[in-house]
Amino acid sequence: MFSNPLIYFVVIPLVMLAGLAICRSIGQIRAVAVTGSLALTALSIWLLVDYLGLRAAGADAPMLYCGSWSWFEPLNIHLAVGVDGISIAMLILSSIILLTGSFASWKIEPNTKDFFLWLILLSTGVFGFFISIDLFTMFMFYEVALIPMYLLIGVWGSGNKNYSAMKLTLMLMGGSAFLMLGLIGIFYHSAPEGMPLTWNLLEIRANESISEGWQYFLFPMTFVGFGVLGAMFPFHTWSPDGHASAPTAVSMLHAGVLMKLGGYGCFRVAIYLMPQAANELAWIFLILTGISVVYGAFSACVQTDLKYINAYSSVSHCGLVLFAILMLNTTAMTGAIMQMLSHGLMTALFFALIGMIYGRTHTRDIRLMGGLMKIMPYLAVCYVIAGFASLGLPGLSGFVAEMTIFIGSFQHADMFHRVFTIVACCSIVITAVYILRVVGKLLFGPVQDEHHLQLTDATWWERVSTVTLIVSVAAIGCFPNFFADLIKFTFSPSIFAVIGQ
Amino acid sequence: MIYYLIPALLMFCCGVYGFVTRKNMIAMLISLELMLNAVDINFVVFNRYLFPGQMEGMFFTLFAIAIAAAETALAIAIIINVFRAARNVDVNDLNKMKH
Amino acid sequence: MDITIPILILAIPLFMFLLLGLTGMKMPHWLAGTLGTAGMGTVLVLSYITALTYFYGGSPQFIAENGERLQAVIFNCTWLQFTPSLVIKLGFLLDPISALMLIVIPTISFMVHLYSMGYMRDHHGVYEHGFQRFYAFLSLFSFSMLGLVVATNIFQMYIFWELVGASSYLLIGFYYKKPSAVSASKKAFIVTRFADLGFLIGILVLSYYTGTFDFMQLTSAPVDGMEGVYQVSEQTALGVKNIFAQSAAPMFMGASVLTWALVLIFMGGMGKSAMMPLHIWLPDAMEGPTPVSALIHAATMVVAGVYLVARLYPLYLMETTSLDIIVVVGALTAFYAAMVACAQIDIKRVLAFSTISQIAFMMVSLGVSRPEFHEGIGYMAGMFHLFTHAMFKALLFLCAGAIIHVVGSNDYTAMHGLRKFMPITNACFLIGCLAIAGIIPFAGFFSKDEILVACFGHSIFWYIWMSAVAGLTAFYMFRLYYLIFWWKEHKVHEGHHAPADQPWTMTLPLVILAAISCVAGFVPMGNLVTWNGVPMFEHVNFFTNLTHLNWSVALVSLAVAIVAIIIATVMYRKENPLPDRMADMFPRLWDWCHHRFYWDELYQFITHKIIFGCISRPIAWFDRHIIDGAMDGLATVTNKASYAIRGLQSGKIQMYVWVYLIGALLLAAVTAVCLM
Repeated sequence: MFSNPLIYFVVIPLVMLAGLAICRSIGQIRAVAVTGSLALTALSIWLLVDYLGLRAAGADAPMLYCGSWSWFEPLNIHLAVGVDGISIAMLILSSIILLTGSFASWKIEPNTKDFFLWLILLSTGVFGFFISIDLFTMFMFYEVALIPMYLLIGVWGSGNKNYSAMKLTLMLMGGSAFLMLGLIGIFYHSAPEGMPLTWNLLEIRANESISEGWQYFLFPMTFVGFGVLGAMFPFHTWSPDGHASAPTAVSMLHAGVLMKLGGYGCFRVAIYLMPQAANELAWIFLILTGISVVYGAFSACVQTDLKYINAYSSVSHCGLVLFAILMLNTTAMTGAIMQMLSHGLMTALFFALIGMIYGRTHTRDIRLMGGLMKIMPYLAVCYVIAGFASLGLPGLSGFVAEMTIFIGSFQHADMFHRVFTIVACCSIVITAVYILRVVGKLLFGPVQDEHHLQLTDATWWERVSTVTLIVSVAAIGCFPNFFADLIKFTFSPSIFAVIGQ
Repeated sequence: MIYYLIPALLMFCCGVYGFVTRKNMIAMLISLELMLNAVDINFVVFNRYLFPGQMEGMFFTLFAIAIAAAETALAIAIIINVFRAARNVDVNDLNKMKH
Repeated sequence: MDITIPILILAIPLFMFLLLGLTGMKMPHWLAGTLGTAGMGTVLVLSYITALTYFYGGSPQFIAENGERLQAVIFNCTWLQFTPSLVIKLGFLLDPISALMLIVIPTISFMVHLYSMGYMRDHHGVYEHGFQRFYAFLSLFSFSMLGLVVATNIFQMYIFWELVGASSYLLIGFYYKKPSAVSASKKAFIVTRFADLGFLIGILVLSYYTGTFDFMQLTSAPVDGMEGVYQVSEQTALGVKNIFAQSAAPMFMGASVLTWALVLIFMGGMGKSAMMPLHIWLPDAMEGPTPVSALIHAATMVVAGVYLVARLYPLYLMETTSLDIIVVVGALTAFYAAMVACAQIDIKRVLAFSTISQIAFMMVSLGVSRPEFHEGIGYMAGMFHLFTHAMFKALLFLCAGAIIHVVGSNDYTAMHGLRKFMPITNACFLIGCLAIAGIIPFAGFFSKDEILVACFGHSIFWYIWMSAVAGLTAFYMFRLYYLIFWWKEHKVHEGHHAPADQPWTMTLPLVILAAISCVAGFVPMGNLVTWNGVPMFEHVNFFTNLTHLNWSVALVSLAVAIVAIIIATVMYRKENPLPDRMADMFPRLWDWCHHRFYWDELYQFITHKIIFGCISRPIAWFDRHIIDGAMDGLATVTNKASYAIRGLQSGKIQMYVWVYLIGALLLAAVTAVCLM
């Protein structure tokens, strides 16, 4: 079992939890958090390199590093692991955000130890989710990732935190309920008559035993279940409140990684296992996600709280992810995965910066701030870069992801899909409007508040956090073909299996 | 037989009525006893008329009377203690333990 | 051709941007300025080498045996692959127009780099705050603009198109503490972004049907036996048209899909080149430092739209409807901008409107160009005008910068009568005015004359229209000239420095550009840049342009210009009440011109009242109250329901008994009914 490298994505966080439990001082806590997340980052990068090596050597199975260990015999539940390029992209994203999140919560108060315990528990769930290919285990990790969120927001949050935490948890649990139904349904149709039932994704896919009628029922269940986490209209309202109340690192992890669980799940479970239904029912969800894209952007235009703006912007960008996945073609799906990566990094950067600004000015209302470029030039420049990434400036990650999505979606032969692509394209203008509005009000112009003049610029740990994220964003933006190839060609078996339908 | 059963039924109904409507715990206890005794009467009557050769009903009745005595003692003790604590034996007002 | 030089042309400005952007703030000011200028100087030399090699090197890669100029792809590497055929490549394409731009952009950019060393400091020689940042942004802009013109495919162009937009945003908002600069930069970015949406959709449509982004596959055909060499071919463009004709939906809302694609792409060009109705950002962009206005908003970035149309010209030729649209848009814009320029007070705004008008000239020129008439002289004239206009408009802007730097205000009311104090600036500005007015032998005369010839060949109506605009141009430029340098004596207030010419870093670029403006008209453009690469003249010498003049058109336009100048002289040379009386005579017209025909107010209304007021706010409200309200409502209902049910678990024995009794009775009744 421990010869499989993937298992360490769960083992390392568990070791970190144990380590944290015996920590005495804040220095030790930081050391454990940073060491552990560095180890995870290193592991994911090693995995990427090794994976590409294996693919280059001709490994053509849909998933590599597969392993399966039974832990509940009666229901045939396994701890089954395996990754393809998409999972690896997500693992890298999660580890980078965990690393930068640890730096961003360098000075979290109170109960630092408990905060990190819950944070690491959350990331255990995230990593476990991305490496699992057993539906039940996957779902279990999914729940592990959701529950700590309640405490993290409820205890360390700000503003109307009890309400937000409760709302977020309840809405996501509601999604889980749909999801559970869908997964159980899939389980009972996972094998043809007379064969043992299985939770394993690959086996279910190979069996192709879910009848079309059941697909029509189960596809919406799973898609909506994951879609709630992916902030799909009209189940997105947890996102603004939740993000606004969450502490910095949690916002980062939540918008950067947890929302990706939704998109990843939609692809990995809903579309991968039930392609016929996906093909037939896509239009309903295309309309919903298309609305998300434009609607989120328009809503962001009039918000005054920095986190609300960003949360609505996330609704718009994550809507684009689901939108592209539903196009069911290689280019658009590649774009969707790139958008997940890109949005994850860029929104984490945004939330990190907002946290840092809030930590200094103690307000997030853009009407009360101004001229921060003069006071904290480093943070302000980072904010402008993040803004440019968000509105899709070439050379940063947002551009390549969006363009891949638009080009891919527009290649769809159906007129309806192309018209909707044009509607989604309109978001690039609206994004520019709200990003520049914030940048103009917040960073430029005269200083609004005299007291702000005494504020200091970024500290070294904040610089580490932001620089890491900016470098990642720029790396995707400057060398997109590497990532596109990683996603498109080395992962093609699974995607083409869908399109083959 | 019916002449024995009808008073028992009436007694039982009185007991139920009393139990449901009274707020005073002593009164409720009395109603409870009424119901118990009505049931005892039924036991005896059925035993006498339906199974004349057997004695189980009688024994059961005696047993129930003994239990009722113990239960009454216990209930009275509780009521007295409640009264000492709350100066009140009204069930509607005794909700301190609920919240 | 070796790929080292082309790569360096792009790499040096990018490197400078990164260097100055990351470490600039730690550098002394002079070092940052010198580094930036030296970098640009190197680029200047390298691009001249490249362009001259292209035009005069005689390599078979660049010129065919029959003298036809070819398109050469120097390098082309994959940046992002979407599908096997749809690939974004980053490459370097050399053809007549890109070689021309390789001369224009580094020249102006270098002049501006040099000029800014003087401009971006105050009278005591203290550098402005953010001087290094300024040079970093200039380098970024130069990189993006060079990348744009050498693009080998439409998506590369789009990438750099966005990048020039962003660097323009950064430079307009350079004085970020000034609210007007911030809102101007925002406006510029959003308006052009809106236009880029059209561009993007146009690219999507075009690539969907043709399956390629590549300019060469869209407009040219490979030359046999040579790799990476293409010649412009009508056949290829016809082939593209056939693809559209055969596809499933060739018509869309009454026009062919190809027309739609081309018009949408032109919309991108309208945004960048400030064509009506997307012109509103350019006058406001004058909030940026004046050298920036000279570089970006006069000479290089704003002609990107013209360049785009020229690049896809063979395709536009296939759909003449789209060319007609370009003509109409261009002609209306030219007239509108010229009218408005007559009534502005801010000298940079006058120049901005003049830029809009002149770019519209280029657009019209491309629009009226047809191969049937003089081998497509309009195309050549448009490119020629692009070249000459870049030189004299940059000159005018830099002169204006020198004046503003001295006077400290943009209004001509603060200037008047500066000619004695700033003789060099005076002379250079006059040359610029003569060039833009189209007086022989200055640069503008030749290019504008060719444009009018092209219009004449297309339709007599547009010819008269454009001649009138040319007259207006001469009028408002001389109005400006007189108001700055003549009108009345300049009074030097006590305690103020008397205005004077500026240090050499600022005057040298003026003199160089003035010299170029004097002789640029003699460049035998017809031999260098034509739409299909076939030269117009067999032999060229210095006077080719003179000898090939269409004298009837030239004399008319010359007469119009001279009359306009005379009117301007009469009205503005000395202080007199004539202008005011004229304004009083047509109060409505004056008002509308002065307020730029209220376009800004209209946009203000649309964005604030309609987009924000009628869309965004209701959506935000809807989200908070309806969608979120529904979710909260769900929670509230659940909550209420559980409170309601909670009553059942009251702990009241008596109620339990009641419920039990009723239940028992009901059960008994049901059983009884069932048994019966």
